[in-house]
Formats: sequence, structure tokens, C-alpha cells
Amino acid sequence: MPLAQDMRRVRAIIWKDLITERRSKAGFNAVAFLGVLILLLFGFALGPDTEALRDAAAGALWLAILFSGVLAFNRSYQLELDGAALEPLLLYPAPRWTIFAGKFAANLLFVLLVEVVVVPIAIILFQVKSVAGWLPAAGVMLLGSIGFVGLGTFYASMASRSRAREVLLPLLLFPMLVPVLLASAEASSSLLAGNPMQDAGAWVKLLAAFDVIFVVASFLAFDHVIEV
Amino acid sequence: MSHAVPLERETVGVAGRGRSIEWLGVIALLAVIIAQLNGVLNSPPDRDMGHLQKIMYVHVPAAWNAFIAFFVVASASLLYLWKGQERHDLLAASAAEVGTLFTGLTLALGSIWGRPTWGVWWTWDPRLTSTAVLFLVFVGYLSLRSFVEDADRRAQWSAAVGLLGALNVPIVYMSVKWWRTLHQMQSSPSTVDPEYAVGLRTNGIAILLVLIYFIMKRYRAARIERMAEHVAERAALEGRTNG
Repeated sequence: MPLAQDMRRVRAIIWKDLITERRSKAGFNAVAFLGVLILLLFGFALGPDTEALRDAAAGALWLAILFSGVLAFNRSYQLELDGAALEPLLLYPAPRWTIFAGKFAANLLFVLLVEVVVVPIAIILFQVKSVAGWLPAAGVMLLGSIGFVGLGTFYASMASRSRAREVLLPLLLFPMLVPVLLASAEASSSLLAGNPMQDAGAWVKLLAAFDVIFVVASFLAFDHVIEV
Repeated sequence: MSHAVPLERETVGVAGRGRSIEWLGVIALLAVIIAQLNGVLNSPPDRDMGHLQKIMYVHVPAAWNAFIAFFVVASASLLYLWKGQERHDLLAASAAEVGTLFTGLTLALGSIWGRPTWGVWWTWDPRLTSTAVLFLVFVGYLSLRSFVEDADRRAQWSAAVGLLGALNVPIVYMSVKWWRTLHQMQSSPSTVDPEYAVGLRTNGIAILLVLIYFIMKRYRAARIERMAEHVAERAALEGRTNG
């Protein structure tokens, strides 16, 4: 059963990345704190007007997630590079996509955990009245995060091994994420404003399409970029 | 990246092609002058826009040709990932540089035209915004190239980034379109008055010649740069300190 073996490899990489993170917690604490900090700064920049804050809540939340989460991706490769562990990882007789799948899933869990901290604080700080439905809201968060983390994990596999990696990753990643930001912010916005799901429906479809296209494209292209 | 052709012969080949590229440059320049003069002198002022409409003769052809350039980037990137030949990588890089330049020109001219026509320098309309995003995606592509030293690595990575960037263009366009719409219908020969269509077409072809000239010129420079690197590598391997 080659597929079962591959899945075991993927799980091993997820486990390895998560346990490294759990032992230090340095990455998680820094990223979650930065997310909260960005929310606070948005609050100051927008002023104390409650209506203005409520209107901007979804956009500010997504920008906070994007700006703080982007720091996690380079780190996930940097830890390998610091320990000279990437080359041995590539030498294992396994298909390369398993490495991408493992890193992708570990980064996704990481970002979702950051969101568990950041989203409630956004709701409090921006005085959101009611959420139209927790389940659809969670679905939008998940879909938006998949697109963000998929492309982020892919671009970080290059940026982390180049000069100026801190600048290069956002420069490559953020223009690509315009559809994710628009769709996630618009869908979250109509949910946070208490509108039911039908307003967000088109955006959810766009998010899903984006996720499928770019996660598949990243899987295919990862083979080419990791081997050099 | 093995070199089947001996380096010396290849160097002569690339250098010898310089003359014909320069001739293409002269032809492209003449074509632009003739097409522009024809467009400016022979088309009546637009009913609403007056002579401001003349900016269309550069703005629209530049936009068309930028898209042609990015199509070349995507095709050359795909060819590189498939066959792994250096020339496809250098072609993609040359086309990306020229395409980014033309996209910047399109945006700047559109902004200059938009101010008197719409009353604003910038609106968040789909085509404008997605063109700006396209511009930024390829600025990222070019910075990736400049941040990576190793030639194989640079080629593989930028091919992947170029392909994903091109793949994103229609999605960005759709998403911004749903988000907000206020642009006039796209200008193409079929939507404008026949009096303007001829000028638009001839300028499109003239700017296409400029595009081809720029890409060929840039491609030739890239080939020569790579060859110089190969010569230096070979000299280093043979133990000569000063090539």
C-alpha cells in the first residue's frame, strides 16, 4: 500500500513540526501576539467610532492574520535549514509531495490555532454585535486559511533559501493573495454584520476554487522548486 | 545545463545576430512614428473626450502587448519546467522585464487619462486593479530573480513563480470584478468607431514590433551574461586566476 505509506510519512512530518513548535512555543507566542498587536494598531488607526470599527472588523482581522501568519512559513523551513535537516529529509526514499503535504498541514494547524486567539479578540476589540452563524464563519476562516497557508508554504520553500528572505516572501505572496483577502474579508464581513450565508455564497465558491487551483498547483510545482 | 555547442562558436553566433536585432529596432521605431502620426493627425476629436482620446493609441497597445509578453513568460516557464533548457528561462526573464515595463506604462497612462475623464487618478475598478496586481506579481518575480544567485535554482524557482502568477490573473480579475464594477467597456477595434480602429490596430502592431525588439535585445544580453559566467566558471576550474 504505497499511499498508506505516504500518508504515514506526511503524518510523521506534521508530528515532527508540531512537536518542535510545542516544545519551544516561541513561534506561536510571537505570531499570536503580533496578530493581536496588529488588531490593536488598526483600532488606533481607525479611531474610536464604533460604527467605523464594526465596518472594518473583517478586513482588519484578515490583515492581522496575513501579516502575522506570514512569519510562520519561513520559520518552518528555517528550522530545517538551521539543523541542516532539509537535505536528509529530501534524501528519504519518498515522493517529494509528502514533504509539502506535511509542512502544509502543520502550518495550517498552526495558523488555525493563531486564529483561535486572534478572532475572539477581534470580535471584542471591534465591538462586533452578533455573528450570523458560527459554523459558516468557521468554514470561511478555514477556506481562507487553506489558500493562505498553501501558497505561503509553497513560496516560503523558495524565499527561506534565498537572500533577503524576510522581504521576499511577502513580496511574492501578498499580490497572489488578493483574491483570498477579498473573498475572505467580504464573506466574513457579511457574516459579522449578521447577514445570513447567501450574501457570502459567491465568495465562498471563489475561495473554494482558489484553494483547489493553488493547492494543486503548489503540490505540482513543489517537486521542481525543492530539488534545487 | 550541458553545452552541446562549443562555447566559442556559440559566442560568435549570438554576437553576430546583433546587427539584425538593431535593424528590427530601427523598423520598430519608424513604425511607431508613422502609426502615431497617423493616429494623431487623421482621427477626429472624440465627442466626449476631445483630443484626450489620443492617449488611447499608446495606452491600449501597451496593455495588449503587456499581455502578449506575460503569455510568453508563462509559455517559456512551462517549457523550462518541461525541458530544462536555459534559453527558455532567459526568454521568460526577458519577456517578464519588458512586460512589467509595459504594464507600468499602461497604468501610468491610464491614470493620466482617468484624471480628466473620470475626475480621479485612480479607481478600484476590476481591470485597473487587476492590472496593478499583475504588475506587482511580476515585480515579485523580478526581485526573486535578483535575490537568487545560483542559475539553476533561479531558473526553476522563477519558472514556478511565473506560472502561478499567470494562473492567478483571471482569478484576480474575477474577484475584483465581483467586488466592484465601474469601468467602461474594454476598448477594442470592435467597440470603437472605425475612424479610431485603424489607428488602434496600426499602433498595436507598431508597439508589438517594439516589444519583440526589446525582448530580443534583452534576451541577447542575458545570453551574453550567462556566457561570460560560463567562461569565468571554466577558467576557475582550469586553475587560471585571471581570465
